[in-house]
Amino acid sequence: MPKVTFREERCKACELCASVCPKKIITMAGHINEMGYHPATVKEQEKCTGCAMCALICPDLVIEVEKEEKAG
Amino acid sequence: MRKVFSRPESLRDVPFHYCPGCTHGVIHRLVAEVIDELGVRDIAVGVGPVGCSVFTYEYFDCDMFQGSHGRAPAVATGIKRVLPDRVVFTYQGDGDLAAIGTGEIVHAAARGEKFTVIFVNNAIYAMTGGQMAPTTLLGQVTKTTPYGRDKEINGFPVKICEMLAPLDGSAYLARVAVHNPKNIINAKKAIKKAFQVQLDGLGFALVEVLSACPTNWGLDPASAMRWLAENMIPYYPLGEYKTPGRTL
Repeated sequence: MPKVTFREERCKACELCASVCPKKIITMAGHINEMGYHPATVKEQEKCTGCAMCALICPDLVIEVEKEEKAG
Repeated sequence: MRKVFSRPESLRDVPFHYCPGCTHGVIHRLVAEVIDELGVRDIAVGVGPVGCSVFTYEYFDCDMFQGSHGRAPAVATGIKRVLPDRVVFTYQGDGDLAAIGTGEIVHAAARGEKFTVIFVNNAIYAMTGGQMAPTTLLGQVTKTTPYGRDKEINGFPVKICEMLAPLDGSAYLARVAVHNPKNIINAKKAIKKAFQVQLDGLGFALVEVLSACPTNWGLDPASAMRWLAENMIPYYPLGEYKTPGRTL
């Protein structure tokens, strides 16, 4: 299953990742990070397809995307 | 598990000072990814501008210079001529390249200096607080054009790619945008080509990147991306204006 991880302390909550996510699973967390922003987070990780659109548009390199190796 | 997306090695692991939603971060990453992929990090020398991206030397993990306002192409000319085996690039905004540095960029292109220019156009002077730039669109409201840019008073926006295309020294000129993932992928291809043109010794290469400034445009980041697509791209059409051996 693809996995997307957010480096919370770097997030400035611009919400661009949420605006491009085709599955609309990215939301802003209720808590705030050290910079005072509500960091982006993923609610339903299992719906992630690993398309990495969020990571492509993130200006602060908050997001890392991992995918399982294809068999063969 | 295989990482399909992670930080490029040519970008130092420090937070950017840019405002939320500023696409300078995206463009920094694309340049760093291209340097990684071409394997030229050890021989890359960058020249930073004056403007929001004045701290590029803090971010790129390669040799960096910081030129005077608008003079990055002159500094890059010196570096490339003394050290012709290095991969030299400048990273400049529109206030730097299209205003105070117009003379430098035009003559660097005319001389066919063999370095790569990343020109970030966000149609405003961002670092100083959002004044009209030469690239500000007609009708665009800025601090110094509170009723919108008026062609009778402020003249017309400058189109850099179109301006440099007739010069014989320019080898590669392209305009790209970074307002959505598809365009970001295309932007990276153009930046890679611009570096390749330099590696092949073909001449001057410039990529104009249409960039968003949510803070000074007075929009939230997602709306700023839409504003870029709806207003900037019609006036600044995307595409390759010149490739080696072919002129549009």
